Amino acid sequence: MSNDTPKHQSTDTAAPAAPGTPIIEVVDIGKRYGSIIALSDVTTSVKAGEVTCVLGDNGAGKSTFIKILAGAHEHTDGELRVDGKATTFSGPREALEAGIATVYQDLAVVPLMPVWRNFFLGSEPSKGFGPFKHMDVDFMKRTTKSELAAMGIDLRDVDQPIGTLSGGERQCVAIARAVYFGARVLILDEPTAALGVKQSGVVLKYIAKARERGLGVVFITHNPHHAYPVGDRFMLLRRGKSMGDFPKSEMTLDDLTSMMAGGAELESLAHELERTMGTDSAVAQQLKDEVGA
Amino acid sequence: MTTATTAPDERLATTSTVSRLLTRPEMGAAVAAIAVMIFFSLNSDRFLTTAGAGVWLESASTFGIMAVAVALLMIGGEFDLSAGVMTGFTALVVGILTTNYGLNIWAAVLIALLLALAVGAFNGYMVMRTGLPSFIITLGTFFILQGIDLAVTKLIIGQVTIQGMTDVPFYDSIQPVFGASFTIAGGTFYVSVLWWLAVTAIATWVLLRTKAGNWIFAVGGAQQSARQVGVPVLKTKIGLFMTTAAAGWLVGMISLFRTSTVQANTGVGQEFIYIICAVVGGCLLTGGYGSAIGAALGALIYGMTFQGITFAQWDTNWLRTFLGAMLLAAVLLNNWVRTRAETSR
Repeated sequence: MSNDTPKHQSTDTAAPAAPGTPIIEVVDIGKRYGSIIALSDVTTSVKAGEVTCVLGDNGAGKSTFIKILAGAHEHTDGELRVDGKATTFSGPREALEAGIATVYQDLAVVPLMPVWRNFFLGSEPSKGFGPFKHMDVDFMKRTTKSELAAMGIDLRDVDQPIGTLSGGERQCVAIARAVYFGARVLILDEPTAALGVKQSGVVLKYIAKARERGLGVVFITHNPHHAYPVGDRFMLLRRGKSMGDFPKSEMTLDDLTSMMAGGAELESLAHELERTMGTDSAVAQQLKDEVGA
Repeated sequence: MTTATTAPDERLATTSTVSRLLTRPEMGAAVAAIAVMIFFSLNSDRFLTTAGAGVWLESASTFGIMAVAVALLMIGGEFDLSAGVMTGFTALVVGILTTNYGLNIWAAVLIALLLALAVGAFNGYMVMRTGLPSFIITLGTFFILQGIDLAVTKLIIGQVTIQGMTDVPFYDSIQPVFGASFTIAGGTFYVSVLWWLAVTAIATWVLLRTKAGNWIFAVGGAQQSARQVGVPVLKTKIGLFMTTAAAGWLVGMISLFRTSTVQANTGVGQEFIYIICAVVGGCLLTGGYGSAIGAALGALIYGMTFQGITFAQWDTNWLRTFLGAMLLAAVLLNNWVRTRAETSR
């Protein structure tokens, strides 16, 4: 399953597309499971050197959407275009071959193994012949160190178990690994969900770094405060439907927050509370202030 | 600062060589082995002579071969309780095929190996397909084989001990491979010690320097993650069970050709000693961490203690007590090491 020699850095072989070139375009894409419509009418694009944020609450259809991009599910409606060509992925491996790598929440790392072993796990470079074939340990350690350095992580020791790294750093190793093995598009599934404020900042920095390297990034999150600073494009999902796809120029953080929170719904909730609990109710008043009604 | 070299980072200067060595999995076993050696050489004059060393090395060698294979399996996250009975099973197969059916001895040895590999593959396949703990699956094969060893042997040859091995044609051509001995400076050393060293060296090389080794650590440490990044989990695990079974075959052949006889209950109960040796050698019971050298050292401790107690003319029943105490001490040490490895330095 694994290659003997790893694909070299994407920057060497497949030169990254000029910033702004669309890599993935989805047009009115949807997914039905029998009579259940999990996702419908989603349109957005992922461009080289840009971060597309996918925002939505629990159950909004975020995971269905990334599973389509990652090749885990086939879409049933609309069109998925990769480099302008309509495509249907029949498996994660196909998506990976098209340069679309997904970093899941659990990161797929083995905590007790050293960083360098984790970095190449499943695609170990070998040298030597026949029964004497072995891993090129020196190359692996050197590459791990330099690849992480390129992402802005300066490790003391690539021999330390990856479990000793902080959550943010582990996320970064997973990102650097995807980039090294030829990813042009990175799908990050809630990378900041389990992290504290400071660690989230670290991960956001790496997302910006990946964008600088010319990668297209799909950043899935439910936190507009994490999405806004790094995002170039925002696609909001609610109840399996897209609420729109906006470039950053058409969106302020306040707009984003209120759309995420479901501004109109909150407003009616505030009115309802006012009615049932009286105008003096502190809860209703506070909610009303917050939605600016 | 971030140049692409493997030169040690300047921030690592603070951790001394000693504390780095202490985090090696086999370190505890190495210290314990030296302590045991000193202890028995003070209590018996014969212990540190070449004659004495020949005796305890021989004793350690067969346990060492098995302990190394069991350690690989344990690092891969699994147990094999049928490992002990496998040594008797393979020897019985050879014994019955040659003495009773007159099969060529080389062919019989090869058939025993194939049977062992098949049982190993069965263990691995069942564990992976059912998702049940390997403890239960191999407990099943352990009892199945134990029953077969006794019942089939009695059924075919009417007794529970193989006799007349030395009369089998070509016995002398194969005996030296597994049972040869050399006399060096008054001590008798068996070829099994060389097998033990070879198995340990190959296992260490595979673990630390090959893809397969990387996969073994990964499937034991975090199976789901390993699968996600494309490690062939099924292949790795079945390979490990087959390796353990093959080691059982090797030890079976060694004991058969050294003593030229085998009994139907050979090997029963020894699977726990292999596991103890692996754990004393620094393997985590939960998988993902350990070393082949450590397991070999664990077996060395066992061999030295086993023969040391005899040399010192003590009651040999103390051996079990000693093993249990070693096991508990090793588990506590391993736990501490793992906590250190999993938290930030």
